[in-house]
Amino acid sequence: MTDAAATSSSGAATGLSPEQKEEKAFGFWVYLMTDAVIFALLFATFIVLSRGTAGGPTGKDLFSLPHTFGETMLLLVSSTTFGFATLATIGGDRRAVIGWLVLTALLGLGFVAMEIQEFSGMIALDAGPDRSGFLSAFFTLVGTHGVHVSVGIISILVMIGQLVIKGLTPPVSSRLLRLALFWHFLDIVWIGIFSIVYLPGVL
Amino acid sequence: MFGRLTIDALPLYSAIAAGGALITVFGTLAVMAVITWLKAWGYLWREWFTSVDHKRIGIMYVTLALIMLLRGFIDAIMMRTQQAIALNSDGYLPPSHFDQIFSSHGTIMIFFMAMPFLTGLINIIVPQQIGARDVAFPYLNSMSLWMTAAGAALVMVSLVIGKFSTAGWTAYPPYSGAEYSPGVGVDYWIWAVLIAGVGSTLTGINFIVTILKKRAPGMFMMRMPLFTWTAFCTALLMALAFPAITVVGVLLELDRVFGMHFFTNGHGGNLMMFANLLWIWGHPEVYILILPAFGIYSSVVTTFSSKRLFGYTSLVWATAAIAILSFSVWLHHFFTMGSSASVNSAFGIATMIIAVPTGVKVFDWLFTMFRGRIRFHVSMMYLIAFIVTFVIGGVTGVLLALPPADYVMHNSTFLVAHFHNMLIPGALFGYFAAVNLWFPKAFGFKLDDRWGRRSFWCWVIGFYLAFMPLYVLGFMGMPRRMEHYDTAAWQPYLVVAFIGAVFILFGLIFLVVQIAVSVKNHAALRDWTGDPWHGRTLEWLTSSPPAPYNFAVLPKVESLDAFHAMKEEGTAYQRPERYEDIRMPKNSAFGMIVGGLAFVFGFAAVWYIWWLVAACAAAIAITVIIRASGDDTEYVMTAAEVEAIENRRFADMAKAPPPDLRHVPVGVPGAPVPGAVS
Amino acid sequence: MQDAAPSETRDLRSYLTGFVLALVLTAIPFGLVYFDLLSVGPAIAIIAVAAVIQVVVHLRFFLHIDFKRTPRDDLLALAFAGFLIFIMVGGSLWIMIDLYYRMMI
Repeated sequence: MTDAAATSSSGAATGLSPEQKEEKAFGFWVYLMTDAVIFALLFATFIVLSRGTAGGPTGKDLFSLPHTFGETMLLLVSSTTFGFATLATIGGDRRAVIGWLVLTALLGLGFVAMEIQEFSGMIALDAGPDRSGFLSAFFTLVGTHGVHVSVGIISILVMIGQLVIKGLTPPVSSRLLRLALFWHFLDIVWIGIFSIVYLPGVL
Repeated sequence: MFGRLTIDALPLYSAIAAGGALITVFGTLAVMAVITWLKAWGYLWREWFTSVDHKRIGIMYVTLALIMLLRGFIDAIMMRTQQAIALNSDGYLPPSHFDQIFSSHGTIMIFFMAMPFLTGLINIIVPQQIGARDVAFPYLNSMSLWMTAAGAALVMVSLVIGKFSTAGWTAYPPYSGAEYSPGVGVDYWIWAVLIAGVGSTLTGINFIVTILKKRAPGMFMMRMPLFTWTAFCTALLMALAFPAITVVGVLLELDRVFGMHFFTNGHGGNLMMFANLLWIWGHPEVYILILPAFGIYSSVVTTFSSKRLFGYTSLVWATAAIAILSFSVWLHHFFTMGSSASVNSAFGIATMIIAVPTGVKVFDWLFTMFRGRIRFHVSMMYLIAFIVTFVIGGVTGVLLALPPADYVMHNSTFLVAHFHNMLIPGALFGYFAAVNLWFPKAFGFKLDDRWGRRSFWCWVIGFYLAFMPLYVLGFMGMPRRMEHYDTAAWQPYLVVAFIGAVFILFGLIFLVVQIAVSVKNHAALRDWTGDPWHGRTLEWLTSSPPAPYNFAVLPKVESLDAFHAMKEEGTAYQRPERYEDIRMPKNSAFGMIVGGLAFVFGFAAVWYIWWLVAACAAAIAITVIIRASGDDTEYVMTAAEVEAIENRRFADMAKAPPPDLRHVPVGVPGAPVPGAVS
Repeated sequence: MQDAAPSETRDLRSYLTGFVLALVLTAIPFGLVYFDLLSVGPAIAIIAVAAVIQVVVHLRFFLHIDFKRTPRDDLLALAFAGFLIFIMVGGSLWIMIDLYYRMMI
């Protein structure tokens, strides 16, 4: 284990060793696995409660496939733009990273806006999360995903701030790579959501 | 402004409740007064509260655990007293109060005694055992500690402001839902468990990465001490099982606060899903509690038999098997909920299978003792008591694993006896053994032996008296959690159980006395060498207490029982020609700030003070963002500073009295000579 | 997850291929449900298969999970989590569906 790092004259240490980078990346990956378990259990809960409509509105009554397809496209394109941001990070091109991150954040915001629109529409139709077990499970599963996306957007904004203030330093780029994992993970969860919630709901 | 918090929240409705509140408030104030009188706030802040050193964090965890052990025990002796006298009478505890007590007893003992205890022990020892300087994520480690403390604080505050849950430590709906438990009790439970649960999940992640990535060169997985193996499996369980209780707690809270219908009776809810989700967490949880104890017993049996572990490989495989199988048995907690025979049998069979690897471990420990040179250290006494007593509890578990038998025994005192038989002689005795084993490593002086033995005997006798009658009562048909009863035949057994609780009370008193006496006599009990017991694993290579960086030079590991091997070769105390600078993480208030905010967040959520909830959430987010954006997290300990510390260490070793050669382990040629440079 | 210099797996092609494949694997299930092309049973089967394949596409082309290049610890973490999720979700569904038939809830 080398302790090779830049040290300033005041005795402080800066910089990230290769081992620390690997530990942080792996640790984040393990965290994503725990998040996957949370989503998996929310999916299981949704499936169990999917017949619990209590005489109220069902998926067929409420879901709009074009709307969901729109959300899916926004998220898929945003995953791709984050991929381009990742390439720019590895390539060391700070301005390109910022550009692609801004685009990703905007697409993400579009997704969240569409989701809020869908939720408020349903609530206005007396199909809110307190109407039935099915709706409680729907709002919680899809809403938890939406909250994760929102946290991702805030994190992107924080990272843009770091890029502007500190530049594309090794710690910043290590954080960006972990944020990319997070963003792609959320797109994977969304595949589950449209495949288990929306599409079967409409059938 | 204050949500639903009013002056009525104060526990003036009963003398006992008011008494509990007063003790809590005055106890806290008294501790704060003592610290102020000693002018120790600055010291505590700098050296402990903002520390990210795994050893300090571990000690704070164990301290929290011991305090909560006393608190949870008060619940226990109150219940035993009530049950001993409440034949055809109301006793002294009204039902609503009794219900709060059994709910808080379970919640405290599991979440705020056992979890911090094992987490603390893992924190202190595992990085040393793998030859590392700290865990992978020291700041996260600090945050985990303070999140756990925040959860404990919420439970303690419920004694003073409001009431605790009456829904048991597992809070089943619909009773725990808004309709039947409209007060704050269940909300206190939910937030305490959710907040502490985040801490545990993060600890799990931390130790998975630490053990996989920060081992010293040569420390292959199959050369790790058993305690590290069990810590690794425990960390896996923590990381992957706690999400289940996070989900179920959040869903219950959504039902309660927003009127959702996950677990309601009607409106499409499914209350059985609660039991399912809870026990998906709950079963791995009990293995989280026991696996570290198994690792501790492996450490104890080798050290005090002066012999290497018998069947190391089988023990590793058994540990891994237990960890994986622990995810496959959870339905045995609700055999009686109504599943069909095929479902019940499948989980019943899985439950019986999981007993097998534990049996393998028991034989491995016994064979380790066979032909060893046994020292009856207090830890060894706990090991022996464990082997005998835990096996009894284990076989009652196999009985309960049969669904038809469980139909009769479910929720009887037989069940209560079974799980206490697992938790007390299994987990708690293991933690006590660990304290007696590793206290000198943590503090630099040993614990008093005599008071340790007195405490041990009180605990063992107390356990048998308190819980064996409960097995009999279960067969006689007594259900659990009874506030009063009219079957005279039960009372004698309950009186015996009460006497057992009194023995345990003395066990606890003697534990406190043991610590006090040891502190008083610390000079005579000093551990000069860092290896007071002729240990075999790397934590005994460091000084007692260790330097902040643990190892000035990271050890090169060449076999199992690395330290023992180094002593045999004479390379254990070699000093390098030159010391190097060492990078260490800086102290930080981050963990404490997040924990403090989490406590206020939880309190505000319980009382529906929504503006405060939002403010705390925002403050936590900002704190995390600041921490995640900061690059200035380390400082350098210069080679000169390291050398000075090491010089002091070797000077201390030279002051050690000559080693007691009777206890030199089998196979080591001659005594290890501390302080010698080879 | 290594942040190595751009390699085969991490170039533009990887993300673009992933995007196109994901697009197709999204259009198929959406299309067959929106245009009511199949009955419920086969439709669910196609949705499931497309989803699984798309997840693999994401893992491969966006997350760069690759049996040869991804560190072993990462693969094991993924496999173990996947295995546990299978048991937890599968077990829950088995239990709850069985309870539904027995307890009519």
